[in-house]
Amino acid sequence: MASNYTNYLTYREALESGSTTAVNEVKSFLTEIESQKHLNAFLETFDETALAQAEVVDQKIKQGTAGKLAGMVIGLKDNLCYKDHSVSVSSKILTHFKSLFSGTAVERLLAEDAIIIGRLNCDEFAMGSSNEKSAFGPVLNPVDTTRVPGGSSGGSAVAVAANLCHASLGTDTGGSVRQPASFTGTVGLKPTYGRISRWGLIAYASSLDQIGPFTKAVQDSALLLEVMAGGDEFDTTSSQKPVDAYASAKSEGPKKVAVLRDALESEGLSPAVKARFIEIIEKLKAKGHQVEVVDFNLLNQMVPTYYVVSNAEASSNLSRFDGIHYGYRSEQATDIESTYVKSRTEGFGTEVKRRIMMGTFVLSTGYYDAYFAKAQKVRRLIQDKTKAIFQDYDFVLTPTTPHAAFKLGHNSDDPVAMYLEDIFTVHANLAGNPAISLPLGTNEEGMPFGIQLMAPFFGEKELFGFSEEMMKL
Amino acid sequence: MKIDNSIVDKVAGLSKLEYKGEEKEAIKKDMERILDFMDLLNEVDTEGVEPLKYVTEGMLELRKDVAHTDITKAQALENAPSKDSDYFKVPKVLSK
Repeated sequence: MASNYTNYLTYREALESGSTTAVNEVKSFLTEIESQKHLNAFLETFDETALAQAEVVDQKIKQGTAGKLAGMVIGLKDNLCYKDHSVSVSSKILTHFKSLFSGTAVERLLAEDAIIIGRLNCDEFAMGSSNEKSAFGPVLNPVDTTRVPGGSSGGSAVAVAANLCHASLGTDTGGSVRQPASFTGTVGLKPTYGRISRWGLIAYASSLDQIGPFTKAVQDSALLLEVMAGGDEFDTTSSQKPVDAYASAKSEGPKKVAVLRDALESEGLSPAVKARFIEIIEKLKAKGHQVEVVDFNLLNQMVPTYYVVSNAEASSNLSRFDGIHYGYRSEQATDIESTYVKSRTEGFGTEVKRRIMMGTFVLSTGYYDAYFAKAQKVRRLIQDKTKAIFQDYDFVLTPTTPHAAFKLGHNSDDPVAMYLEDIFTVHANLAGNPAISLPLGTNEEGMPFGIQLMAPFFGEKELFGFSEEMMKL
Repeated sequence: MKIDNSIVDKVAGLSKLEYKGEEKEAIKKDMERILDFMDLLNEVDTEGVEPLKYVTEGMLELRKDVAHTDITKAQALENAPSKDSDYFKVPKVLSK
């Protein structure tokens, strides 16, 4: 079952009929993870707890008391807390750290009888677009191992693409679920800001971070969101809005779809992505949907706005790593100042330190208004313009990424070139809207790429319904 | 914008990070390059625009202010790099 998994409902039928068991699934995944070790997707597997949980689930299936996700085997990005299990954000600074509690999203998966199989490699502190910036080495793209899987949730994307689990969780701050989903041919969702509680997600940039699933099928993404979404007293930004029945979403009638002119005419767009994108627009029109090109005119400002805001928030969030309360402490710590400075300098990697420096700079006296407040103002303009588009349209359609996965080492000497990888994805984080990357393209070299659909705030139900329709194009 | 040693030293000091030698030269270059990129923000007129501080304005809900204990003292100390039975241990703070 494990290797030809298509969607949860089919698998659930197999569980119910007894043609497979959760224990068998977990065992076969553990074997597969071992044989695909070179991909470096898993940092650790939780063999003992996963098998114990699987036994419980098999009993519940027999008794007819199993939850909505019974037996679904899920991998967690290494920034999501799972009680009594290690979590390191792929950083040396959290070596030997074990979480004292489970995050809300993880709790809710477990409450519906999902099985957590292990933790997945990512860019250190979720900062990166290629998964080359993990303290534990790069993750390789299973479609072509000389290429990156995207980032920062690269391990989560690869775990699903390479059939190492049924689904996985990532986190998306500027595209960290959707971009690797595009590069690996999986479905990746970033929900509306506040739809899933961030409690138990180790923060990078709190006004942008959202947890999101990687799945083979749109319906699995919807099911997982249905379970994880909803208000949480531990996260004041989590929305109390009732959770829709996403998994049964269907699209009805013709829709109005906006295509951003800047994205369509973007110079960086690869020929294969552009051709497929135009083809999809034509197919949508042929099916009776109204697709129109609209002006946005802030595409060049998206990534700079994102970097000012996210780095500022990171500089603040990462001040908690002090070498005292948890995590790494330098052996050269001789007094209080050197405990902080040496532990942080040795514990964090180059990219993390670069972002802390930039964030501290844009927040510092004399530069705050010119950079941080300025970016917050541009962010408001981006959100206002986005809201204005959704007054007239149901969805915004763009490619997820300008091209398919690039080679390892390709963008390594220029941070700005790497930052531009997020050009189409940061929009949804800055404005707060939900967006999904659908595996709808393959280039001349056989590498997959995604098409991105963005919806109004809390428009996930419509987003899933239309995504199902898009997958048939 | 030109980033010199004094800016790097000041920002590193605030960040509790240390840059020396080649790494210091590299961060100067990176910061200049990234700041030039961030300067694209200046192409946009934001006169009269309020900064966006909360994505979901008007949606924040506070929980009831009731005290509860989530973890014990022993648990709080579990992940500390240095501790005794009651406290986090740090190197000597005051010198004679």
